[in-house]
Amino acid sequence: MAVLEIIHYPDQRLKQESEPVTVFDQALKDFLSELEETRLSGPGAVGIAAPQVGVAKRIAIVDVSKLKKPVDNHGYLLMINPEITHWEGMEKGREGCLSVPDFTGNVIRAEKIKIRFQNSEQQWTEFETTGYEARAIQHEIDHLDGMLFLDRLVSRRTDLFERKVYKK
Amino acid sequence: MKKWSLLTLVGADQQAIVAAVTRVLAEADCELGETSMMRMGGSFAMMLRVRHENQDLATLLKEVCGQLSLHLHIDDDVDTASSAMEPDVNITVYGADRSGIVAEVTGILATAGLNIIDLETAMAGTADKPIYIMTIEGQALQGVDALTEAAKMISDGVELNIIPIQTLRA
Ligand SMILES: [Zn+2]
Repeated sequence: MAVLEIIHYPDQRLKQESEPVTVFDQALKDFLSELEETRLSGPGAVGIAAPQVGVAKRIAIVDVSKLKKPVDNHGYLLMINPEITHWEGMEKGREGCLSVPDFTGNVIRAEKIKIRFQNSEQQWTEFETTGYEARAIQHEIDHLDGMLFLDRLVSRRTDLFERKVYKK
Repeated sequence: MKKWSLLTLVGADQQAIVAAVTRVLAEADCELGETSMMRMGGSFAMMLRVRHENQDLATLLKEVCGQLSLHLHIDDDVDTASSAMEPDVNITVYGADRSGIVAEVTGILATAGLNIIDLETAMAGTADKPIYIMTIEGQALQGVDALTEAAKMISDGVELNIIPIQTLRA
């Protein structure tokens, strides 16, 4: 097993659409282990997608269960052929990307999504998720579609549309 | 040895100012770093970090500044690396316009550890009932709770939202 090399934009492989996984074999499982090892080697990365290591397959990992400030989560998510089937609400948040070092910016994402994906045994799972975990999943699925958070940057001037969490 | 300078250019707003100024810089092989440029009132204000081979930027920009009636100010910038700082709190403030609102809010939040990275204000509303809107991105050096607590001291009639920023890396 090895930590894979993370590719950085402007590498054009990050702008390509990835292919669905059709072969569920030992090679796939080996790749999944290496992808997770690579995610853990990145500083504080809550997710990684196969295109970030130059593999154009619809595979992503998200795990927001170990944050310093805890958020609602479904634990470690290994997602093969993931699809978002429902979007709801909009929320602005700040994102960075392993493939775009030294920059963070504001991005609007759906606040609540329904997601379905396969595991390495080809079984499908579907559930709803919100907030930070939903944001991480949307960031990763964008990678599978050849999109970066840079494609979705918004100005700070959209601030007034944020939901209120504190009112004086 | 290349060095960084911070240019500030201000003048009456007109079309294609940015293109004119940045073309002069590009033709002289000056590299742009962070920049912030915006229309403010009837003026256009530009701030640009520029990396260059110790050139005389005042002479370089003299002609374009004359043509566009831009005031130019040049500072040497000692920060050689990327100066990006990560905000961890987002604050929006609004209310009926009155004098001293920015001073009051920033003063109170400063005592509770707010380090401002980016602040913008705007006027809105109607002529007889103007409102004031402020957005801040910053670092809560004593934590977001300290800011929330301090914000209770801000006058009635000022709406304030303090939202922690939890940056996602993926
Ligand atoms: Zn990413």
